[in-house]
This record gives sequence, structure tokens and C-alpha cells, in this order.
Amino acid sequence: MKSVVPVLTVVGAILVIWYAAAVWLNAPWAYDVAARGDRVLSFAQLVADTWAQDKPKLPAPHQVMVELWQTVVEKNVTSKRSLVYHAWVTLSATLLGFGMGTVLGFALALGIVYNRVMDMSVMPWVIASQTIPILAIAPMIIVVLNAVGLSGLLPKAMISMYLSFFPIVVGMVKGLRSPDAMQLDQMRTWNASRAQEFFRLRLPSSMPYLFTSMKVAMAASLVGAIVGEMPTGAVAGLGARLLAGSYYGQTIQIWSALIMAAVLAALAVALIGVVQRVVLKRMGMA
Amino acid sequence: MIWIIVGLALWAGGWSLNLWLARRPKSTATSLAVPVVFGLTLVVIWEALVRGLGISPVLLPPPSAIAVRFAASTDVLWEDFVQTVIKGALSGYVIGCLAAFGVALLADRFVFLRRGLLPVGNFVAALPIIGLAPIMVMWFGFDWQSKAAIVVVMVFFPMLVNTVEGLLAAQSMQRDLMRTYAAGYWTTLIKLGLPAAMPFIFNGLKIASTLALIGAIVAEFFGSPIRGMGFRISTSVGQLALDLVWAEILVAAMAGSAFYGAVALIERAVTFWHPSQRGRA
Repeated sequence: MKSVVPVLTVVGAILVIWYAAAVWLNAPWAYDVAARGDRVLSFAQLVADTWAQDKPKLPAPHQVMVELWQTVVEKNVTSKRSLVYHAWVTLSATLLGFGMGTVLGFALALGIVYNRVMDMSVMPWVIASQTIPILAIAPMIIVVLNAVGLSGLLPKAMISMYLSFFPIVVGMVKGLRSPDAMQLDQMRTWNASRAQEFFRLRLPSSMPYLFTSMKVAMAASLVGAIVGEMPTGAVAGLGARLLAGSYYGQTIQIWSALIMAAVLAALAVALIGVVQRVVLKRMGMA
Repeated sequence: MIWIIVGLALWAGGWSLNLWLARRPKSTATSLAVPVVFGLTLVVIWEALVRGLGISPVLLPPPSAIAVRFAASTDVLWEDFVQTVIKGALSGYVIGCLAAFGVALLADRFVFLRRGLLPVGNFVAALPIIGLAPIMVMWFGFDWQSKAAIVVVMVFFPMLVNTVEGLLAAQSMQRDLMRTYAAGYWTTLIKLGLPAAMPFIFNGLKIASTLALIGAIVAEFFGSPIRGMGFRISTSVGQLALDLVWAEILVAAMAGSAFYGAVALIERAVTFWHPSQRGRA
């Protein structure tokens, strides 16, 4: 609770800077319009104008809020103009990719922990795989998968998967190896089988690592889904809204899509946080 | 058909070679050789499958075609590399990391600022900041300045959070010792705070290095002059020149690994005292 006041101060400062920047960035356009209409702007008029332009360089926060309200609440959810519809398109790809990435990451981590050859050969390549900027080749993956006949949700989800399996592998390898030698010896003295060792010792002790990695993976997965939507010709989804907005100079639309993406990311990560707290509490770890 | 059999045979060969290598006592040579053999096997299988199954080069070109294309178009690749990596990613990386470092020092000096910035920074670091790319292109134009700007925003928050946490790493006992030496703020910072923060700072620098490349390339999808890796990738996909796309990917992967490796090398030199670095010598 100690940090409420400082956080609010920082958020307030950001809003103030935002409004000031809106005046500064939109002023040239306002002056231009005024000059063409042979009007002279007073400072108050200038400020009012810069906060209410149609296609501002930087929309003021309240303009974005109005746009959000109109596209989220006032539009029918199934309408293509509804931001909820686009957010759902993105979220479904994100969740599918996150699920596939978690399963793949978990499987790879199992192999790495239990198989020496995989440990030595796969692990360096898992790390190397992330130095390839996958987001950069997302358009190609989408186009190629389209040519093979895969379209819609799956190509986007595969990009999300590629981004989200990495934190899971790294976190789970660490987590499954976190029991120390003493605990492993204890299992051996109880004549535990490998399955018992896994389910009763390794898996439970990896839970904190799993949830931490899942939060990172979820954020990465959302980024993957958004970028994956860009090359599909801007059909649906938050990425498509970003691209369409940038083509037509609809800055307010871009910003509202961005805020929506931020809300999605925050909600998804918070949801994992809640599950984490409940699970760890039931397991007596938190 | 013959290609598939050759591919499968080489796969079996590579796998058993790795099995044999993994059973040898662990040494630098084996721990280097195993991943190399694994990677080579993958490339060979790729080549064999593409040839054997007759996959169209429009979908997936064989590695040999990519290598030929790479060798033939080094001038184009170099131009794109300079435009995207040197001008866009690297300049943004330096500016963003320095700015985050400065703000982190301020946040460390003033507790109020730290309490406010740390949760906000943690929140923003999880957001899809890459979405700001179209806005940056709109503000800073099509050339590399807009790419550098998006890189600045992308690397700023991970770097800030890591540096602030690093500056908290010095223990109170050590701080007290500095105080008994009558060391001022700056002396304490330079002799205790910064060295203790170095492992965290390098962690941030490593995360930022991969983000920087991604940011610079993706920002080019929203508009760029007629050079740059992102531009080349998106136009070559349109022309179905997938071998050139893969050549660009190869450049991106090499640039990314080199970037990350350089940061890791500097880290090893600077934080030689840290437990995670000491075991390896």
C-alpha cells in the first residue's frame, strides 16, 4: 500500500506529459488550418483545437478513451467495428499459441532434464532459436502456411507458440532441476521409481518456476499474435487495426488498439497470477 | 526417393554420433561438438527432404540454394545490414540503454520515484510495445530515425527495471561500511552500487539486445526507404523470392547472435567476480 501514492504520481505525471505533448505535436497542424482560414489562434483556442483534432499526430488521452468507449461498449460485439471482436480474434490466437507453446516447452524441458543427449544437443539450439527475430519473418511464415492451406487462427498461433515455448523451456529446466541432491537422495532411499520421483518431487518443486515463465510466455505470445495479424491483409484482430490505422492515418484507432492490447496483456498476466497464488497456497508454498 | 534414404541415413548417423559423444566424459570439445553435429544433421535433413519430396522452392528453399543466394547478393545484404542493424537497432539500443540507466540512477537516488516507477516499469515491460511502431514511423519519418525511436522505447523499460533492481543489490552491511569510510553519494555509487549492480545491468543489456533487432526489423514493415532487412523481407515474400528471405534471416540470426555474444563477452570481462562467471574459467 506504501507505493499507491508514488505510482499514482507517476501515472499522473505521464498523463500531464501526454497532454502537453499532444499540444506540442498537434500545434503545427492547428496553426496551419488557422493560417489558411485567416484566423489567429489564442492560446486557449490552440489547446482546445490540439486536443480535439480528427487525425492528430498524438491524440489526447480523453480522445482515446472516447474512441474506446464507442468501440467497446456502444458497438455490437459481433460487429467488425467493435474492438471487442478484434480483441477476441487476437486473444484466441494468443491463447492457442500459448497453450501449444506451453505443451512444447514442457515436453522439451522433460527431454532435456531426463535425456543427456537432448540436454547437450537441444539446449544450445533452443537458445540460438531465439536470436532469430521470428517477428521479422512472421509475414513469410503466414504467407507460406497460407500456401500450404493453413490459414486463419493456426499460423498466428504458431508464431505465438514459437515465442512462448522458450521461457517455458528455460524456466521448467531450471524448475525440474531445482530439487537439491539431498532431496533426490531421500527419494532414492525410499526406493522411489522415476515416475514417483517426477510426480512427487520434481514436478511440485518446479511450480513456482512454471508460473513465472508462464507470465513471460503469455506476454510474448500476445506480441506474436499481434504481429502475426499484420501481413494477413489487415482482416481482423488488433494487429490488423494497427496496420489499417497506420495506412489511413487514424491515430486514435491505433492508440485505442494499443490500449486494448495493453489491457489484454495485463488481464492475462493477472489471471495467471491469481492461479499461481491459489495453486501455491494449496500446495503450501506461498 | 534416394534423397530421403540418404537423409534418413545421415540422421541416424548424426544421432548415433551424438549418443556416442554424449557418453564420453564431458569436456569442452564434446560439449561443443554435440550441438554442432545436431545442427548439421538438421540442415542435411532439411536439404534431403526438400529435394526428396520435391517441395517447391517457393515454399521452402533448400539450404544449398540459400547459401548460393547469400554468396551472390552480399552487397544487398550488407546494405540492409547497415541500414537496419547499425543505423536503426544499434543507435536506438545505445540511446535507450543510456536513458534507462540515467533514469534508474535518479530512481535509486529518490525513493519516492523508485516506488512509483518500478511497478509502472514492470507493467509497461510486459506490454506489446512493438505496437507503437506505426506511430513512431508517423512521427519520425520512414528512415532509420523512426526505427531507432521504437528501439529506444522497447529497450528502455526492461533496462530500467533491471538497473533499478541491480542498484538495490548492495547489502546494507556493505553500505554501512562505505559510510564508516565517510564515502559520499558518488563514491558509494561508483565503488559499491554500480559494481554490485553489474550482473543485473548486463541481464538487462542482454534482453535489450534481442529486443532491439526485432524492433528495428518490424518497424520497417510500416514504411521504410528501399533498403533495410524488414523491407527486403516483406518485398521478397511478395516476389516469392524466398531464398533471399532466408538469406536475410541468416544475416539477422548471425547479427543477433553476434550482438548477444558481444554483450556476454563484455559481461564476462566486467563481472568476472560473480559466481555465475567464476565456475567456467
